[in-house]
Amino acid sequence: MSTTGTAGVFLDPPRTHLAAVVLRRTGSFLASLAATFIGLTAVTFFISRLTKIDPVLAVVGDKATKAAYDRAYEALGLGQSIFVQYFIYLRRLLGGDFGMSVLTARPVLSDLVRVFPATFELATIATIVGVLVGVPAGVLAAARQGRWPDHVIRVVGLFGYSVPVFWLGLVGLFVFYGKLGWVSGTGRLDVFFDDVVTPRTGVILIDSALDGNWEIFANAFSHLILPASILGYYSLAYIARMTRSFMIDQLSQEYVTAARIKGNSFWRAVWRHAFPNIMVPLITVIGLSYASLLEGAVLTETVFAWPGLGLYITNALFNSDMNAVLGGTVLVGAVFIGINQVCDLLYRLFDPRLRAT
Amino acid sequence: MSTALGQWLMSETPTSRRQAILGNAYRAVRAIVANPTALAGLVIVAVLVLMAVFAPLLALGKSPLDQDLAGRLAPPSAAHWFGTDELGRDIFARTLFGARVTLTIVLLVSVVVAPIGLAVGTVAGYLGGWVDTVLMRITDIFLAFPRLVLALAFAAALGPGIENAVIAISLTAWPAYARIARSETLAIAHSDFIQAVVLQGASTWRILFRHIVPLCLSSVIVRLTLDMAGIILTAAGLGFLGLGAQPPAAEWGAMVSSGRDVILDQWWVATIPGVAIFIVSLGFNLLGDGLRDVFDPKSA
Repeated sequence: MSTTGTAGVFLDPPRTHLAAVVLRRTGSFLASLAATFIGLTAVTFFISRLTKIDPVLAVVGDKATKAAYDRAYEALGLGQSIFVQYFIYLRRLLGGDFGMSVLTARPVLSDLVRVFPATFELATIATIVGVLVGVPAGVLAAARQGRWPDHVIRVVGLFGYSVPVFWLGLVGLFVFYGKLGWVSGTGRLDVFFDDVVTPRTGVILIDSALDGNWEIFANAFSHLILPASILGYYSLAYIARMTRSFMIDQLSQEYVTAARIKGNSFWRAVWRHAFPNIMVPLITVIGLSYASLLEGAVLTETVFAWPGLGLYITNALFNSDMNAVLGGTVLVGAVFIGINQVCDLLYRLFDPRLRAT
Repeated sequence: MSTALGQWLMSETPTSRRQAILGNAYRAVRAIVANPTALAGLVIVAVLVLMAVFAPLLALGKSPLDQDLAGRLAPPSAAHWFGTDELGRDIFARTLFGARVTLTIVLLVSVVVAPIGLAVGTVAGYLGGWVDTVLMRITDIFLAFPRLVLALAFAAALGPGIENAVIAISLTAWPAYARIARSETLAIAHSDFIQAVVLQGASTWRILFRHIVPLCLSSVIVRLTLDMAGIILTAAGLGFLGLGAQPPAAEWGAMVSSGRDVILDQWWVATIPGVAIFIVSLGFNLLGDGLRDVFDPKSA
């Protein structure tokens, strides 16, 4: 913009406009977050009514007296309309009351708090793998569009979209653990390290590092690297594909040509001029893939006996522990929705076109 | 293709409705065959269909269910091309019959998802106003759900089985189609030919189902093909967890699961059905990519 005195007059209104836009977008973000959460809980409530398990017995257990049973029946509002029942259900959820787990005989919430760090650790390392490999691969594919690096990256990505994760996990175990012995097998640690780490965060890599116990750190890492790489491969396929298409879009813009004409090398134009412009959409993509990894971990955890959220849900499933299944579903759903919506918000708040107004 | 018939099909000025329809179909087939990706995908999908239809013949008289405990976990050989599983059942026959289960799930999901998505999307796009707002809000809510976990919870509540797996997958898959159908509808809702039909006094439903839905079909089909791989993988995942087709039915995901415990010694039990899942989803991915290139060049 110009530096004359009148410029200030023109710049002022947009600034208040910007604040209003940010406010409005944050408001609509909260509204849509609430609507989605209500939708999710309505569906899980509906599912809990689909089962043939008596909801009262699920709360009080089968050894309860008649009086306790009747009290719980009243408290759950089962004599009243379905909307009142849903409202009571929602209030319990917001109060952190997910019911008792039949399987572990503990509140579902405390179970979820215990198992979540394992899934978090797995999905985080997987996303780091996906970003570190996927972003450069996508940029390379875009820069060499239509030539062999592009084709190789496309085939690798297509493979990732088509291969069943549980099968890849099994084959990975067979090759890297069974045949080559490069990594450790299932679980988070070798059996003789169990209960040695003091749980602070629940993330073993962090806890063992805090203890200064590098032997356990190395052991945890050798257990983690295979499931994390396999999960990371899926996010890599997605991130690379999206990076490529964003980058191709940018490289065809005139400012890239201008940067080249000014004497920048090709790769400098790519990384210093084009790359910052794909950062914002890229962060959204990474967030989305992170959210889907938290979910996609269900099958991987089953294969690798990884004691996280996915394994907890599947174990509960086979013991008809509906409180635990639905509690886990609500948690995964809430995290998933939360990340989705925050990414969406970030995207709209940091859109450079917004700053330009 | 003889030249006379070819010219009749490729004619720019068809003289009958039938010639126009056949001509369009012919052009589409030529475009698909000329695209190597689409052709490769088409071949794989065609092989899957043939496998499913002719499974009893191709299995050469072997049953996918006959047990032979003496010959359990036998490695691949001339008698058992893909070896046998933990109950001595022939894995080659089971893989063939597994194609039927996969195809059933894929067909059922398509039959459920496409009409729901089309109905919601076209109604929302054509009527607009509060109908649009409400329907799209609901669509967005379902779009934000974690697919596999919700399918798991549904399958757990309804009980395991193919039908429930299909319901669970459909429930989380329809929103994408509603969005596509809506955006297609918005693009054509105000075009002249729709206005002409309105002036002729056609009812809203007639306009929707006879004029708008047919034009949305091609993008919905392309999207469906691209989604097939995901649907197959979710179904196989449910089967792997024991929530899909129930034993003794041959289902690829469940077959991989049954080979889990012996993966270190008898690799073929889990590996072969996994390869089958991979090839089929690859086929659908290739076909979908190819169809998108052919029918919607700008989004490629």
